[in-house]
Amino acid sequence: MLTRLFVQCPQCQTTHFISFFKSADYVCSRCGHHSRLDPPRWIKQLCNRGTFRSLFANLKSLDPLGFPQYREKLDVAERTASGWEAVVTGTAEIGDMPVALAVMDPGFIMASMGSVVGEKIARLLEYAADRGLPVVMVICSGGARMQEGILSLMQMAKTAAAVRRLHGKRQPLITVLTDPTTGGVTASFAMLGDVSIAETGALIGFAGPRVIQQTIGQKLPPGFQTAEFLLEKGMLDIVVPRKNLRATLVTILKIHRTRPYPVRRRGDE
Amino acid sequence: MKPAIDVVRLARHPKRPTSRDFIEYLVRDFVELHGDRRFADDPAIIGGIGFFDSIPVTILGHQKGRNVKENIRRHFGMAHPEGYRKALRLMKQAERFGRPVITLIDTPGAYPGIGAEERGQAEAIATNLYEMSGLRVPIVALVTGEGGSGGALGIGVADRVYMLANAIYSVISPEGCASILWKDAGKAPAAAEALRLRAVDLKELGVIDGIVAEPGEGAHEHPGETMSHVRKAIAAALQELLVLDAETLVQRRYDKFRRLGAFTLDDGFSELI
Repeated sequence: MLTRLFVQCPQCQTTHFISFFKSADYVCSRCGHHSRLDPPRWIKQLCNRGTFRSLFANLKSLDPLGFPQYREKLDVAERTASGWEAVVTGTAEIGDMPVALAVMDPGFIMASMGSVVGEKIARLLEYAADRGLPVVMVICSGGARMQEGILSLMQMAKTAAAVRRLHGKRQPLITVLTDPTTGGVTASFAMLGDVSIAETGALIGFAGPRVIQQTIGQKLPPGFQTAEFLLEKGMLDIVVPRKNLRATLVTILKIHRTRPYPVRRRGDE
Repeated sequence: MKPAIDVVRLARHPKRPTSRDFIEYLVRDFVELHGDRRFADDPAIIGGIGFFDSIPVTILGHQKGRNVKENIRRHFGMAHPEGYRKALRLMKQAERFGRPVITLIDTPGAYPGIGAEERGQAEAIATNLYEMSGLRVPIVALVTGEGGSGGALGIGVADRVYMLANAIYSVISPEGCASILWKDAGKAPAAAEALRLRAVDLKELGVIDGIVAEPGEGAHEHPGETMSHVRKAIAAALQELLVLDAETLVQRRYDKFRRLGAFTLDDGFSELI
C-alpha cells in the first residue's frame, strides 16, 4: 500500500507534505486553517504521553426508532471512525494534572449527539464529580442526531443536568470548541463551560448558516459565527491557535488546582 | 392511529388554542410580566403569575399569533435569547417565592437569525436546561402544539411532561428532516412517520408522562373541553409534586432525564431507555 505523502488544505487548497503538516499540528502554514482532528490525535496533542485511559468505550448505539438508513450509517461509522462512537471519554494527565477528558469525533456522523454521546458525556461528568476531577472537553458537533429523534433531544437536558452535578462538587468544566460546534451540542454542555476556549476560526453557533440565510433572506455578514465573532459578542473567554492550546489548558488547570478560600455550597446560607 | 403528518397539521392548526388561551382558561388573576432585564421583552414568550385553582403559580409559554399580523410580531412563537432569559427570570422568581411553574410549549423552534446568534441563542437555551434541572420548585410542562427541538426543550425540563393528543415533539421538523435525508422537503409525511413525533410515540419511548385527550377533531374544535382535561392533568401533577421536598424533587427530575436514551453495551447486555 502506498503511504500518502501530501495533503491539501481544505480552505486554500495549498498542498503540504504530510510530515510538515503534522509537525504544524495540522494547521495550514499558508492560510492558518485548522484541520479537524480525530480523538487519537487530540489526545496526543493535549495529554501527557501514555496517560489516557478510556472509560465507557463499550457503549454502542442502537437504532431505537428503526430510522431509515441509520443502521447502515452506524455500520460505516463504526468501521471507519476511530471506532468509539462520536465521543471518546476517559481520564488523562495534562501537564501532570489528572483530568476527565471527552473528545468528540467529527469522523463519526459529524459528531452528532445521540443517546451514546449523551450517556458518555453524562457518565464522564458524574465520574469526575465523584472523584473530584476537573473536566476538559474538546467539542465539535453537527448537533443532535436526527436519526434518534426525540431521544437525541433529551440528551441535551441530560448532559446539561450532569454539568450541574460537576459544579455541585466544585470541579470546573473547561470546554474547547472546535470547528464546527453547532445545534443541540452548543445549546447544552458546550456553552456551559466555566472557561470556554475556542480554536481560531472555528464555526460555532446554534442554527446553521444556511438555515439562518433561508429564514431571514439576506446574506450573512463576513466572519459571522466564527470563534472571533463569538469572542467579540461576549460568548467565549479565549480564542487560541492550536499551538497554544495545551499551554493554555495547563495554566487554567493549575489555577483551579488549589483553593485559597473554602467554598460555600449552594444553599448553605 | 392517525398518520403522523395529519397530527403535524393539527399541531400547527391556525385555530389551535395558543398559550394565552390556555392561561386565560387555567389561571385566575393573571398578571403578565415582561422582559429579561438584559436586552428586551420577547413577544414570542409570554409569562406571568396568577392562581391555578387556589395555588399561586408562575405560568409561561411560547406565544404564536392568532392571525398573520400578530404572528409576524411574535415571530411565529420562535423565541430569541431574550425570550429564554425572560422565562428563566420568571422561573427563578418562582423559586424565590415557592411557586410551582407551569410551562406551555408551542414553537417551531428557537429563532434562527443574526441577532439571536449574536446574543447567544445556544447559551440561553443551555443555561435554561442547566437551571431548570436544579430549580427547587415543581415544574409541569405541557406541549400544546409544536414541540420544536431545542427551542421547545428550553422551557421543557420539568418534573412532569405532558402532551396534548395532537401535539408533536421532535428534534427536527419533518420538512427539515426530509430535506436532509432525501433532499426533498415534499417527503415530510414519510419523515414525520420516521421521527416518531406524536404524543403516542413519545409515551411509548418513555419521554413523556401522559397524554391529555383532545375531543373530536382536535383542540381547535373543542377548546373548552380540551382545557378542562388540561386543568385536571395539571392539578393532579401539582398535587403529587407539591408534597415533595426540594431535594427529592430535584433528584427525581435528574433521574427522569438521566435515564432517557437507548444504547447497548458491547458485552452483549442491552438497555433500552
